[in-house]
Amino acid sequence: MDACANLTGHGCGIILASIINGTMTGAVYALVALGLTLIYGVLHIINFAHGTLLMLAMYGVFFLNQIVGVDPYMAMPVILVAAFLFGYGLQRYVIGKTSHGRDEITLLVTLGVSIVIENLALFFFTANERNIRVPYELAGIDLGVTYLLVTQMAAFGAALLITATLWMFMSASDTGRAIRAVAKERQGARLVGINVEHIFALSFGIGTACVGAAAALLAPRFAISPRIGYTFVLIAFTVVVLGGMGSFVGALVGGFIIGIAESVGGLFLGESLGQITISLIFILILLLRPSGLFGEKLR
Amino acid sequence: MRAGQRTAVALGALAAMLAMPLVVTSGFWMDFLILTLFVGVLGQGWNILGGYGGQLSFGHAVFFGTGAYVQAILQTQYGWNPWLAITPAVLAGVLVGAFIGYLSFRYGLRGSYFALITLAFAEAFRVLATSIEITEGGQGIYLRLNRDPDQAITMLQFASGVGYYYMILALTVVALLVAWWIEHSRFGAQLMAVRENEDAAEALGIDAFAVKMRAICISAALTASAGVFYVQKFLLMDPFIAFGPGKSVEALVAPIIGGMGTIFGPLLGSIVLHGVGELTKALTAAAGIDHPGLDLVIYGILLVLMLAFLPSGLMGLLRRRARPARSAEHA
Amino acid sequence: MTEKRKTYQITRRGFVAGSAAAAGIVGFPGVLRAQAAPVKIGLVHPVTGFLQFNGTQCRFGAVEAIKEINASGGIKSLGGAQLEAVLGDAQSKPEIGASEVEKFNEAGVSCIVGAYASGISMSTTQVAAKYGIPHVVDVGVTDKIVERGLDNVFRFGPGYGVITKVGVERFIAMNDAAGKPVKSIMIVHEDSTPFGGGTAALLEEGLTAAGFSVTKVGHPTPHRDFSNIVLQIKSANPDVVIPSSYPNEYELLVRTMQQQRVQPKGIYSVLGGSGSSYKFLAEYPEACQYIMDCNHWYNPKSAGAMALRKISEAAGVHFTYEVFLAYSAVKLVADAMEQAASADRKKIIDALAASNWSDHIMPYGPTKFVNGQNQGAQPLNLQYQGQEIEVIAPADYATSKAVFPRPA
Repeated sequence: MDACANLTGHGCGIILASIINGTMTGAVYALVALGLTLIYGVLHIINFAHGTLLMLAMYGVFFLNQIVGVDPYMAMPVILVAAFLFGYGLQRYVIGKTSHGRDEITLLVTLGVSIVIENLALFFFTANERNIRVPYELAGIDLGVTYLLVTQMAAFGAALLITATLWMFMSASDTGRAIRAVAKERQGARLVGINVEHIFALSFGIGTACVGAAAALLAPRFAISPRIGYTFVLIAFTVVVLGGMGSFVGALVGGFIIGIAESVGGLFLGESLGQITISLIFILILLLRPSGLFGEKLR
Repeated sequence: MRAGQRTAVALGALAAMLAMPLVVTSGFWMDFLILTLFVGVLGQGWNILGGYGGQLSFGHAVFFGTGAYVQAILQTQYGWNPWLAITPAVLAGVLVGAFIGYLSFRYGLRGSYFALITLAFAEAFRVLATSIEITEGGQGIYLRLNRDPDQAITMLQFASGVGYYYMILALTVVALLVAWWIEHSRFGAQLMAVRENEDAAEALGIDAFAVKMRAICISAALTASAGVFYVQKFLLMDPFIAFGPGKSVEALVAPIIGGMGTIFGPLLGSIVLHGVGELTKALTAAAGIDHPGLDLVIYGILLVLMLAFLPSGLMGLLRRRARPARSAEHA
Repeated sequence: MTEKRKTYQITRRGFVAGSAAAAGIVGFPGVLRAQAAPVKIGLVHPVTGFLQFNGTQCRFGAVEAIKEINASGGIKSLGGAQLEAVLGDAQSKPEIGASEVEKFNEAGVSCIVGAYASGISMSTTQVAAKYGIPHVVDVGVTDKIVERGLDNVFRFGPGYGVITKVGVERFIAMNDAAGKPVKSIMIVHEDSTPFGGGTAALLEEGLTAAGFSVTKVGHPTPHRDFSNIVLQIKSANPDVVIPSSYPNEYELLVRTMQQQRVQPKGIYSVLGGSGSSYKFLAEYPEACQYIMDCNHWYNPKSAGAMALRKISEAAGVHFTYEVFLAYSAVKLVADAMEQAASADRKKIIDALAASNWSDHIMPYGPTKFVNGQNQGAQPLNLQYQGQEIEVIAPADYATSKAVFPRPA
């Protein structure tokens, strides 16, 4: 029996392992939240369709794998581009056109869109759960306390990489600056000649492309079904709020915090009640620091 | 219309609704009416806070589920008569409303922040309900079925739809009266002033916090009473039905489609949504398409189209004298 | 993967115009010689919403049974009357299920088969009782379904009580036969729905009474990461792990155990989501080897069952318990109609109550209903062995011997 076990009832090894695994799961949450935080930060809308878009992208990865034989990770460029175009079109020609710039309407439009997409998926892809087999699904390194899988590490690395890329894009490129301008002051941005509708759609497109990247990284680990999006979307909202709407670094850190809190909370409270730590963090952060840990800045 | 005429029309409508079971002999259409009125009440609960108060909630299921669970638990675990359980059930909803309202409004949450915190509370309650003993966890609660027609009224369980119809009609009338009162009372005027501009309202001496607290309590009471009805009609409750996103969404779709901040908006929205739902089912059935989900695809498309062309809801269309579209506060 | 993109299509050719009741009525005329009026059967399942997979599977099985009956000449005692399916979608909500049954009543169905989930079945049977419509519950494992004194409700398959009791007994027998290698057991169960928590509580009771040291770990549905639980298994090092979870979580758990190199002496589940799944076997043949499950299963010696399995596979539908239970439920009603020589609801109820049907694909023996529950209904014990799922108990139906403890 070690010191941790005397104090907490669980050994140090298992606590350490649960922190490591929580970090890995947190990277997955961050991946899903990165796109959402951009959309939320720029358009100020609660995008109900986010989970559905993730689902759609995962099917994209699946069919590329089944029909063309492409490895999920290799499929990422194709999915990125497709998701970007889909997201751009969705915002520019559907959500933007129908929502009259009002929060509650936008919300319902994204809800309507998600009902349509989910049931189209059910119609065309059926409710069967699909798995993608990859040769490296069991590969990993033994850390002693736990096995770290290649697929976990890939998601972790990708989360860091994508966050850094987005941050640089926002800080250094003209488009990034335009997006930040629109996020901060849309009327002012319009006055200086920025095409706000284009920027909105662009942000939505980039947000959806992030979802596409997440899909490629999740596909080897989670079974795909028309309802897979729901598994991640509420968590993603929590991560976005925790990190601060519009903050990529916030989404990354928030993802890790939520992942670890869920994992360690699950260890001590039981996996089911442990889920409540997510809601409690969500509530507390909304009450005490609604701008989130890294709020206000879109970078 | 003058006040006298309005009262006459209202009484006439009520008489028509009371006489409905004489005309509607079909069990299915009776059930359709019941579910429509049920969602109307659920939506009116949301409308008081969201429509009149401008506080858009994403988690109204938290009140629905609380009312439902208390109604169910008092009967199954403590052997209460369903009539006696109603008051504690509705009060429990109010208590939860006051709790969430106090925290959210004290900390000044508005717009999408308020929406998200209600969502978080509903989710926290769902997790709790799955994990604690008294709700029987994920197993859910099943009420004992009463098959004795003589005890239908005392046990608040009816063999035919008519009993439930009058039960939900009574709730509907209460909900409409509450909305009417809001539109015509000083409190309602204050609430709407807070919705339009909270800072300006405060400058006029309105205690915005107190007004919003009252609104969330009334809203929670109505929504909890819908939960009471659900339990008596379907005799079961589980964490997903109680606190899952389904009821939260139903509660807000109807008033937005029908017209937020109007007396009849939620009811009208519910009628149209249920009508569209049945219509799409009939269409796909008539076309011979038996693949699941297609009716919901059409439903979703119609929902988006309605939003696109009727941004102020159906009441906006009926009224004609279009009020300027309100833009809810951004976060 | 053998799966095809589209799972199945009900014969679109054999379509009869929908009724005014707005229900999806699909007919299967088969041979056009029968002049007898068709008999309508209401099929209510959650084919959309969160139970969409299970509901769709049920519907496939039920529709397949109707096709088969019609192709072989319909209900003979009714002059070869054809069966006509009236399809209902409960959208995974009890209230919608109830409303679909109201619709069925208007459409004039003679009987109802449904509604997979316990909660939905509770509400559909109640409405059916109001109109005296016979309602055969295809899955719905909560025993409360048949404990309310509703004389129109019948369940062909076994409920929780029987399945867990038998599951425990057979586990003890198997352990004894293997020289009692098992002392400690860990139950990993989902606790978000009636299924996992209920099963786990009954199992814990039975196994503790038999002298095993039992620990329980719950998890929600859906669950995204099983690392914690697997590490707890690793540290507690139980001899046997019993998962009670839905397929997705079941597979995730087993795969995580494989990834974390955790291998107890055996994995034995009762109503395990993927404890006896051809899909899991096809996709992860290594991960699932030697897993045992006490679950709904067809009679392995039944030619009809094998034929149904072929049909399912040809249609790209996984041959799951939903398929053969719903299929059997429809066949049961058809047999009752045959016996009653009537499409009258009351007469069908009487025929079901007196039913003594043995020409079915399930390992239940002749039917005998007490308070609506089929007394002979029992689960079978299965094990993944090589490329097959073998029946390992009871002896009358066994196709292979249990491999236990699992070879290292």
